[in-house]
Amino acid sequence: MAVSDRLNPGAGYALMVVGALLLAVGSYIGLFVAPSESYMGDVYRILYVHVPTAWNALLAFTFAFGSAVAFLIRGDFKWDARHEAGAEMGVVLAGLLCCQGSIWAKPTWGVWWDWDPRLTTTAVMFFAFVGILALRRFVEDPVKRATWSAVATIIAYVDVPIVYFSVRWWNSLHQMQSSPETVSAPFLIPLRTNAFGILFLMAGLITLRTRLARMRLAQEMAPPLPEVAS
Amino acid sequence: MKQLAAALYKEWLLQSRALAQLLAVLVFGATALLLFSFAVGPNYELLRAIAPGFLWLALLLSSTLTLAESFQAEMEHRALEGQILLPANPAALYYAKALANWAQLTLLGIALVPLMVALYDAQLPRPLALAGIIALGTAGLSAPGTLYAAMTHQARSRQTLLPLLLFPLVVPVLIAAVKATSLLMLGDPMSQIGSWALLLITFDAIHWSLCGLLFGRVVED
Repeated sequence: MAVSDRLNPGAGYALMVVGALLLAVGSYIGLFVAPSESYMGDVYRILYVHVPTAWNALLAFTFAFGSAVAFLIRGDFKWDARHEAGAEMGVVLAGLLCCQGSIWAKPTWGVWWDWDPRLTTTAVMFFAFVGILALRRFVEDPVKRATWSAVATIIAYVDVPIVYFSVRWWNSLHQMQSSPETVSAPFLIPLRTNAFGILFLMAGLITLRTRLARMRLAQEMAPPLPEVAS
Repeated sequence: MKQLAAALYKEWLLQSRALAQLLAVLVFGATALLLFSFAVGPNYELLRAIAPGFLWLALLLSSTLTLAESFQAEMEHRALEGQILLPANPAALYYAKALANWAQLTLLGIALVPLMVALYDAQLPRPLALAGIIALGTAGLSAPGTLYAAMTHQARSRQTLLPLLLFPLVVPVLIAAVKATSLLMLGDPMSQIGSWALLLITFDAIHWSLCGLLFGRVVED
C-alpha cells in the first residue's frame, strides 16, 4: 500500500503524453514536410523513427546497467525495480529496432538482414537481455532474482563492445562503420523531435513499469498475514 | 592460494570419479559432428570449408552439458553452502571450478579434432597451434559458463536457461575461434591469426576477472 501511495503514476502518464505528442509532431514533419532524399526517395523516412529508436534502446540498456550496478552496491530494491523496467524497455526497443531496420533494408539493400556490426550487435544484445528477462521469470526468491539478474546484466553490457569489435573484424570486407554525415536542417528537425518523443515515452513507460515492479516486490516480500487471535 | 589449491584438488577428485560423464559428453560432441555432416551432404570441398564452424558448434553444444553438470555435486547435501560457511573464499571456489571446466572442454575439443579430420577430410597443418586456439576458445566458454551454471543450477528449467544466457554472450568467442581455426586449417595468407587470438585473449581476460569478481555475489546469500 505504502509503495503505491508514494509512487504516483501521474508523472509517468504525463511523460508519456508529452512523448506521444512530440512523436506525432516529429512523424508528421518527417512524413509530410521534410523533403525526399535524393537517392532513397521516400523509403528513408523510416529513419526518423529508426535512428531515435536506436539511441533510446542503447540508453535503456545503459539505464538497466547503471541500475544493476547500483543494486549490487546499495542492495536497495528500488534499483532492482528500475533494472527490470530498463531491461524490458531496452528489449522492446531493440526488437522494434530490428524490425524497422529490416523494413528499411529490404527496399534499400535488397535483403532483410545484413551482417553489419551494428545490426548484429543489436541482435546479440536483444537476445542477451531476453535471456536475462527469462532468468528473472524462473527465479522465485526476490533477493536471488535481483542479484543474479544484476550480475548477468553487468556481464552482458560489458560484453557489448567486444561483440561489436568481433563482428566488425569478422565482417571487415563489408561496409565499415559509416561516418555521421552532415545532415541538413530539414532532416534534422523531425529526427530530434522524434528522438525526444521516444525518450519521453520511454521515460514514462520506465516510470510506470518501475512502479509496477515495486508494487509486486512489496507484495512478494510482505510478511504473511497474522493469524487471527482466538 | 592455499584455498585455490584445495578447491582444485576437490575438483580433481570430483572429475576423476566421474569419467563416465566426460565420456558421455565426448560421445555427444561426436554425434553432433556426425549429424552436422548430414546437413551438408557428402561434398568434401564444402565440408572441409565449414569444418571449423562445425567443430566449434559441437564444442559449444557439448559445453552446455559439461557446464550444467558441473554444479550437480555441489548442490547435493547443500555442499556449496557448507563450503561458503567454512568460510571458503568464493573466488577460490569459482576459479577452481572454472579451471576444471576449462580443462575438460579443452580435452573434449582436442578429442573431437581427429573425428573432424576423419569425417570432413579436414587438413591439419599446425596441430599444436590448433590446440592453443582450442584452449583459448574454451577458456572463453568456461569463464562465463561456470558463473551462469552456478546461477541457473538453482533456478527452474535450468536446461533452457543456461544456453539462453550463455550463447549470446559468447558470440565473440565463437567468431574469433572459428576464424582462427579456419585460418589454421585452410591457410592464412594475410597472417590474421594473431589478431583473432588477441581478441580471444581479450575476451578471456575480461571475463575471467569480471566473473571471478561477481561470483561471490551469486553464491553468498
